[in-house]
Amino acid sequence: MSKERIKIAPEMFDIMPSEYQDLVDRATYGKEGRGWKDIGTSKELIEEHSLCAGCPESMAFRYILASLPAPEDTVMVGSTGCTSLVFPHVGVHNIHSLFGNQNAIASGLKRALSVRFPGQVKDVVVLAGDGATVDIGLDMTLQAWFRQEKFTTICFDNELYANTGGQESGLMQKGFVAKMAPVGKTFEKVKLPEIARESGCHYVVNCTVSKPNLVEKVIKNAIHVAREIGPTYLQLYTPCILEIGKNSMEGLQEMRDSEKPTERFAYKEYVSDEAKELLTELAAKEKERKAAAKKQLAEKQLAGKA
Amino acid sequence: MATQSLVGTKNRSGQVVTDAWKMMHEAERSPCFFTGSEVIKEAIRRANCDVMIAYPITPQSEAAALIGELFAEGFIGDYFRGESEFAVMSQCAGAAFGGARVFTTTAGPGTMRAMENFPMWAGARLPIQMIVTCRGINSPLSIQPDTLEISYLLNTGMLVWHAETAQDFYDWILKGYMVSEEPDVHLPLALCCDGFFVTHTKDVVNLTPADMCLPPYDPYRSPVPCMDMECPPVRMMRDPFVMKSNYISYATHASWQQEVWAAVERSRKHTIRWLDGLIEVDRPDAEILIVSSGTAVSQGREAQALLEEDGIEVGIVKVKTLRPWPEEEIRQATKNAKHIIVPEFNVTGWLAKEIRATIPDADRVYAGPHVCGGMTMPPEVIAADIKKHLGIKAESLAGRGS
Repeated sequence: MSKERIKIAPEMFDIMPSEYQDLVDRATYGKEGRGWKDIGTSKELIEEHSLCAGCPESMAFRYILASLPAPEDTVMVGSTGCTSLVFPHVGVHNIHSLFGNQNAIASGLKRALSVRFPGQVKDVVVLAGDGATVDIGLDMTLQAWFRQEKFTTICFDNELYANTGGQESGLMQKGFVAKMAPVGKTFEKVKLPEIARESGCHYVVNCTVSKPNLVEKVIKNAIHVAREIGPTYLQLYTPCILEIGKNSMEGLQEMRDSEKPTERFAYKEYVSDEAKELLTELAAKEKERKAAAKKQLAEKQLAGKA
Repeated sequence: MATQSLVGTKNRSGQVVTDAWKMMHEAERSPCFFTGSEVIKEAIRRANCDVMIAYPITPQSEAAALIGELFAEGFIGDYFRGESEFAVMSQCAGAAFGGARVFTTTAGPGTMRAMENFPMWAGARLPIQMIVTCRGINSPLSIQPDTLEISYLLNTGMLVWHAETAQDFYDWILKGYMVSEEPDVHLPLALCCDGFFVTHTKDVVNLTPADMCLPPYDPYRSPVPCMDMECPPVRMMRDPFVMKSNYISYATHASWQQEVWAAVERSRKHTIRWLDGLIEVDRPDAEILIVSSGTAVSQGREAQALLEEDGIEVGIVKVKTLRPWPEEEIRQATKNAKHIIVPEFNVTGWLAKEIRATIPDADRVYAGPHVCGGMTMPPEVIAADIKKHLGIKAESLAGRGS
């Protein structure tokens, strides 16, 4: 979408909602090198949301939306769950249809956009909870990877069904006592990152969302690799503080505790050879861009002094 | 309109984009002798489809595979095999959300497996076309013709049409897109036929020229935004209605359901124009009427001829569309009838129930004969049932024990 499309006719400007005025004036559609550092200085692509106070999902949403490389040409696909409470507040097109079919929706969507906009960037990003990704939707998650569909799958892993009140999920840890696991979960946390690698994903990361710069990096990598090569998968720990008995202020610490080297969300990454090559190339280009920008800034400053 | 302005230009496969009305009603037709599956392929060749998603299930597998050949020849933008009917119907939804003209086919247990998608398609206003080649859905496993699955589609909010012949099929596939893509309709269409009887038998079908195709789908005529990020995103709501138990939430859901059904109603005028009416009546003044849909109509015609030999005059009402339901048409067509016979290829007699709920003096309706599980419906059975109903002694039919 060209930025021209969202411009408001001057005669109509004052009657538009202030959120929309902000989106036009201060959002980062089309901004090169956009990232988490824009948060606080520009209009974010997420307005208020209706998640619980202190929910790590809300942090994840803000970082992810700030890091999309091309939000003006990105369509997101969600599923049923806490994430579906947020999507109505998001400034990119997004689809909710059923519970668990997100990777099937994204497969059809990506193909339709490729037919309709050949040669143009149209990123598709799936964002769903662990119940949707690993339990009810596992078939469609894996099949999209087998078929090498070119979109990114993000799983918000909170290790249970949060939205329905804390029931056992496949990504729950063994032994955890929850609704529908009255004597504790009897089997291990499903190893989806490993399965993703074996299923043909070219870029797989397992981590928490405690560090915004890390989230930005993995989101950008995952989307670029999906755009050019094939499927990518991010499993992000977004603990449900409500269901694990934590307070609003304790989400960040919970993530920090869980990402220690011996813990289950220690940073893990898999990058295929093809993806490595692409990411190296992109990193070099980014370096060049930054150097050029720095040079330009220095010249400007010099000119200003002169 | 954008799509009309493309008339006269060529599409991706070099076909000339043609005004749909002219193509269907004025262009020269040439006869072919094809199976129903081949006829589906020929219709889709001319439908300017963007995406087709396939899955094997008897009796639609052949048609779904033949459309793959069309893709290989460049007539379709993209084509692939999904992993199950549930997934396929979601993939179709994704493609339609992205602004594509979408086609798929399914049958029997596939229809049932995919069922959760259909109210979603209608609610999301996706004008997907799905061919349903009906077959048994009972246990033990059956692949034989049986139309029970249609009854499950009737309350999904989809348009539901029931083709009798391969010629219906050919014309209705193409006309179906024209109706379901109208901005005031914009709903999915389940175009049903009786599996095997239509898909696997050969018939003479008159085809429109192969170098002509429908105008492309214009997703920007949709009443809801196309999810391609080509129009500004809006913040849809402050509080998602799914989580709220309050009046505004209820009213939103209620009004949207009403709007979907209002769109089904609005399809009536377009359907009447394109299909030349929602029903077709032969001998409206007869006291005995056979009212049916699908191939039961063909068998009814044979029974009509048999009874004529015995001096019994029977009229035929062919119901073409089940949604929209031709309520007023059926009421008018049956107003003079004393006996209304509704033969069906299913065990429950859903069509008879619909008719009973529509007309005054519903005790005029005789629900049957019913055959199911793949049984054929010999015209002799219909004729014998009519005679029995009228109290006329009929010769016993072999094997019926009567």
